[in-house]
Amino acid sequence: MTITGEDRFLETIAADDKVEPRDWMPDGYRKTLIRQIAQHAHSEIIGMQPEGNWITRAPTLMRKIILMAKVQDEAGHGLYLYSAAETLGVSRDELQHLLHTGKQKYSSIFNYPTLSWADIGAIGWLVDGAAIVNQIALQSTSYGPYARAMVRICKEESFHARQGYSILLALSRGSEAQRAMMQDAIDRWWWPSLMMFGPPDAESTHTEQSMKWKIKRVTNDELRQQFVDQTVPQGQHLGVTFPDPDLTYDEGTGHWMIGDIDWDEFWAVVKGDGRLSRERIAAKVHAWEEGAWVREAATAYAEKVSLRRTA
Amino acid sequence: MTITAIAAPLLKYLVRLADDNLVLGQRLSEYIASAPEIEEDLAVANIGLDHIGVAQHLFSYAAEVEGEGRTEDDFAFWRTEREFTNALLVEQPHEGFGELIARQFLFDAYQLELWEALSRSSDERLAGIAAKALKEARYHLRHTSSWVVRLGDGTDESHRRMQDAIGAMWRFTGELFEADDLDRQMADEGVGVDPTTLHQAWTATVDEILAEATLHRPDDPYQASGGRSGMHSEHLGHLLAEMQWMQRTYPGLQW
Repeated sequence: MTITGEDRFLETIAADDKVEPRDWMPDGYRKTLIRQIAQHAHSEIIGMQPEGNWITRAPTLMRKIILMAKVQDEAGHGLYLYSAAETLGVSRDELQHLLHTGKQKYSSIFNYPTLSWADIGAIGWLVDGAAIVNQIALQSTSYGPYARAMVRICKEESFHARQGYSILLALSRGSEAQRAMMQDAIDRWWWPSLMMFGPPDAESTHTEQSMKWKIKRVTNDELRQQFVDQTVPQGQHLGVTFPDPDLTYDEGTGHWMIGDIDWDEFWAVVKGDGRLSRERIAAKVHAWEEGAWVREAATAYAEKVSLRRTA
Repeated sequence: MTITAIAAPLLKYLVRLADDNLVLGQRLSEYIASAPEIEEDLAVANIGLDHIGVAQHLFSYAAEVEGEGRTEDDFAFWRTEREFTNALLVEQPHEGFGELIARQFLFDAYQLELWEALSRSSDERLAGIAAKALKEARYHLRHTSSWVVRLGDGTDESHRRMQDAIGAMWRFTGELFEADDLDRQMADEGVGVDPTTLHQAWTATVDEILAEATLHRPDDPYQASGGRSGMHSEHLGHLLAEMQWMQRTYPGLQW
């Protein structure tokens, strides 16, 4: 009996080993990974906009520097992730084109506006906090380059979440206006951050196959619960109220139970009707088009240099 | 405010150096998520971070020299346009990547010489700040020079755009090499450097790179001046309005 590529792939998955770029893999596995890694990369890149919105207005030089470094990290994460996707036989340019034309998505959370400085704290604490829960689980994903990118990204993300919490801690110890600013931010970001884990397991179209392939290791609902359990006590420490009257601690299970998520809002934002969905893509496309002459010049110059070398 | 006669000129000098870095860092921070490639978003953010970092060090030192309990943030957020003494070049807005690179290149070539000289300052603290900034300026200049060359010697369009961008920024370069009484006093004391002495080396660097980029040195004889005495272009007020908005709206709070 000959051992096929498929046999080896299934063995690798069964043994919890990593699938590497040159290994045989099913088309569906490849397509799912490209979609997921690209969406992750796009999220890092689009995510630079809502935070970038406050860099020029950061309240102190230290906060400005930390925020700039954080947004810079996100650009770096976008790069690693596009590179991981490229190992699957797709180019960064193609992926960016799919983003620009709305054929690939990014995390819907970035379609919400950042309206105050406290939003920068809330994004760090809640949005990056949720991203970390998701990404820690992905460190054991079955595709090698993606898993390794996650290990590196998680280290930086934990710094991001801490910087967000540190912004909020300062607000919690501040004036009435600062505490109100913080509460308003939590009121606006709490539900969207819970939606970041995606639809409930029963309605998630990708979950089952992705779990079999070990691309996904933990389900949406499990990750969401983990996030809620770790986040609620941190919120209590800040003295904020979560905008969920049904939020209760279940003594029996040791879990915090949340109320109903407004999935209509989630799907509306996913389908392109988020507050800033059009603006985020328009800004990205604008930057890309404005930079066309620069990229063309870099290519033309590189060609001239290589011609001169061979001449 | 009572500052000793010895401390006052040093304080003014440190603030002047810091202002250039803060204002340029703020300009670069505006550009986040607008670059032609992700790699450039990283690079521009990096350069901006370096400038703001240098400004922090200089302001902190200035605050110590003054001894009145002010902080780096007081210098950054609680002075008005007329109190900022940055050069006009750094406050100029950029229309796009070409202008951003032109402004940065012309300034990097200046800062390379400046930090080189100040790293030999008799003031150890300033010399230390300058030595660190010098390493950063070398990297900045390498980066911006490579773009000036690529864009100048790239396509017809990029050549035209880069030539225009250098032209747009050129009239703000002369001011970098003007010396006033403060510069001369600081140079005499061995603390600072007379900017006129930096011009020759700057010209050599700029000419070399422009030649490699197939660009010509602009021949516009008009050179603007005034930044060092707080006479700015109309752009600075808007930059400060945005940068200082939080502190001015919520005065006296911790962030």
